[in-house]
Amino acid sequence: MEPILELIDISKRYGGVRALERARFACAPGRIHALLGENGAGKSTLIKIMSGVVQPDEGRIVLEGRERRFAHPQDAVSAGIACIFQELSLMPDLSVADNICITNPPRKYGLIDRKEQRRIAEAALARAGAEDIHPLAPVGSLSLSRRQMVEIAKALSRNPKILILDEATSALTAADVQRVYTLLKRLRDEGMAIVYISHRMNEIAELADDCSVFRNGQHVATFAAGTQSDAQTVEMMIGRDIEHAFPPKPPVQSGLDAKAPALEARGLSWQGRLHDIDLTARPGEIVGLGGLDGQGQREFFLALFGVLRGVGGELKLEGRPVQLHSPKQAKRDDIGIALVPEDRKTDGLMLPMSVLDNLSFAALDRLSRAGIVASGAELRAAQDMVKRLSIKAPDLSVPVGTLSGGNQQKVVIAKWLMNAPRIILLNDPTRGIDVGTKQEIYALLRRLAEDGAAVLLYSTDYAELIGCCDRVAVFFDGRIVRWLAGDELTERALVASALNLTTTEAAAA
Amino acid sequence: MNDDWKFHLREHKGAYAAAAMFVVIFALYILNHQAGWTAPVITTAANKGVLLAIVAMAQTLPVLTAGIDLSVGMVFVLANCVASHLVVGTPLQAAFGVVAVLAVGALCGWINGAIIVYGRLQPIITTLATGTVYYGISLGLRPVPGGDVHAGLADALTGSLPGGIPAMGVVLVGVVLLVWVPYRRSVSGRAALAIGSSEAAAYMSGVNIGRTKLIAYTLAGLLAAIGGLLLTFVTYSGEASSTIGGVYTLNSIAAVVIGGTSLAGGAGTAIGSVFGALVLRTIGDLLFVFDLEPLWQPLFQGFILLAAVSLGSLQLLKVSNRLDLFK
Repeated sequence: MEPILELIDISKRYGGVRALERARFACAPGRIHALLGENGAGKSTLIKIMSGVVQPDEGRIVLEGRERRFAHPQDAVSAGIACIFQELSLMPDLSVADNICITNPPRKYGLIDRKEQRRIAEAALARAGAEDIHPLAPVGSLSLSRRQMVEIAKALSRNPKILILDEATSALTAADVQRVYTLLKRLRDEGMAIVYISHRMNEIAELADDCSVFRNGQHVATFAAGTQSDAQTVEMMIGRDIEHAFPPKPPVQSGLDAKAPALEARGLSWQGRLHDIDLTARPGEIVGLGGLDGQGQREFFLALFGVLRGVGGELKLEGRPVQLHSPKQAKRDDIGIALVPEDRKTDGLMLPMSVLDNLSFAALDRLSRAGIVASGAELRAAQDMVKRLSIKAPDLSVPVGTLSGGNQQKVVIAKWLMNAPRIILLNDPTRGIDVGTKQEIYALLRRLAEDGAAVLLYSTDYAELIGCCDRVAVFFDGRIVRWLAGDELTERALVASALNLTTTEAAAA
Repeated sequence: MNDDWKFHLREHKGAYAAAAMFVVIFALYILNHQAGWTAPVITTAANKGVLLAIVAMAQTLPVLTAGIDLSVGMVFVLANCVASHLVVGTPLQAAFGVVAVLAVGALCGWINGAIIVYGRLQPIITTLATGTVYYGISLGLRPVPGGDVHAGLADALTGSLPGGIPAMGVVLVGVVLLVWVPYRRSVSGRAALAIGSSEAAAYMSGVNIGRTKLIAYTLAGLLAAIGGLLLTFVTYSGEASSTIGGVYTLNSIAAVVIGGTSLAGGAGTAIGSVFGALVLRTIGDLLFVFDLEPLWQPLFQGFILLAAVSLGSLQLLKVSNRLDLFK
């Protein structure tokens, strides 16, 4: 079939990072085309280019035989491309009808025609199979699943020729998922071209007509759905270059089980985003959290660090049950938890402040007396840390924002080590930093474990989980779906369980 | 559908609450006033209240886009000074003067918007700076208080109509109907709320962010100038007073908040701000009729303001991710 939209040799870089490299993609009317690939494979960048959110550095976009450039999302919308993003593009304070008609509201005498707008909204909601949503309800008052349905109705109200869904079902309840399936099949039969990103292989098996696999920003293969087994598909998705050297892991200690766990979570749940998580970590261990991005790993860390309210289940530290209410409590000596957050620029550091200020911030309680910071002790502690982690800074007084990314990350880690924590949570600590620093961080984590800390490491880089961790808990949809350790800890097993496939299926190929 | 009214109530609850608060306070005021419900009392109250109400409407527009305009008070003063020069002479000359005053206000607002949109500066600092510039121009125009205004026009607008209806009240309703209502129902007004609610989502939905902000700030300038023009009709003169400018700016922000508009943007109405302004003004007068010392007035106003804004943050008690508290 003649493609309606073609992307030819598209390249895109963000800073020094290559997101897409001469990628190709084409989709046809009346087909559902699934995009597959692991974290960072370039799928999101590809659809952002299709929908005009980012512009490619190189390459051509051909829509209905004509070459096009989309400078704004609006250009893509008027060309007939509607995209439903993973991060919702709804305005929470506005009503459902206002949101659905935001781009091009119906007008009468130059003003918005509310009656007509309401009719359009009702029609769009009905088309999306969500007639039960009141068009005047503010979007912020709806559940996540209902909001996603509004998002779909909003896209449909523009009568697109091409509909792009990025993880559109990840927030949906089972009933809404069924509605979306029925809807997508009907739209396909009406001749719409649908591009579908999902990490759920069963959805892809259910819906897709064609599949394209991406890896490392490049297009690997396109095939008709059903012609490749799940195992073969996984095989196409893996194969990232392993470019790091990891410190040797200690042999599995037989006495380890006897030690009291530093951290023991039983049935941890929160808000329908975390379900029944059981996890123990012993002193001396590095436990990895795997799985695709956004499966609850971040929330799990926040729950352990006392940020979330209303966490269900039981948490024991060194055998004692505890209730955590705040990071201030979690970092106290008797608890001893540290969290290295995912975004060092916003959550980890105060960029304009000096290296010294940043290093001592979390440990000021220890470094002060009667509310006055003991500057001698502060300086000595900071200098120790700089030496221990070999942080490269011209001086401790320079703003931390002037350091390189790798050194900034070291400052974030060092800041927490000042408290001598016994449980260290790290949220993707090596994202966007250079290989040399990565290796230093790996060695540091191992040393911390050897010194008796329990380390929990979430990483989007599978190689890192394999190289660094003693055991890995794979998250899917807010649950731990699989534990991998020893010889089982392979990239294939990680990818397969991240997609919630059983390894026996994958191994069958 | 029959539960439409619930959603309507929910959307406008801030404005209704402010209106109810105004009715209660104003009733208290009238009942305790020696003269009671008479045309002069109502007219005087309207003349004072409407000025702030219109400046508060001006403030509402930038606030809805999650911005702020610290120059509204200074545009108000500048319009007053310009009007005391131009709105004089024959009726025709005075009419041209009125148009000129409004054009000056709109231009001031447009400059604010252009600097914020194209210069990408933060609204708070941009309007602080431009407000000072506008005040400087006012001072150049009126180094000492004085000037004049078309007396016929002034008397007509500050007096009372048959039946004791204050003319200023009619002007206020006219401004609401001619400026706010069409704006709220225009694409640009909708877009302003969208930007205030979530600028990223608005961008992703293809909303023209620059134009929307430019229109919001321009209209704010225009409304502030209408306020300044009316001030001239009340005082029959022009005065470049930084105190008046500052007080009106700060009170306009307070009125916006009492009227149920979130300073974070995205939700609220100028009608709420109008009632917020009337509440704020009446509280002051209330203290006079109760014979309280004027010294207590700021203290009392402060408590009312605190109580009003506290209502808005009740929802934070429901937050389950503490990081959301800082958004």
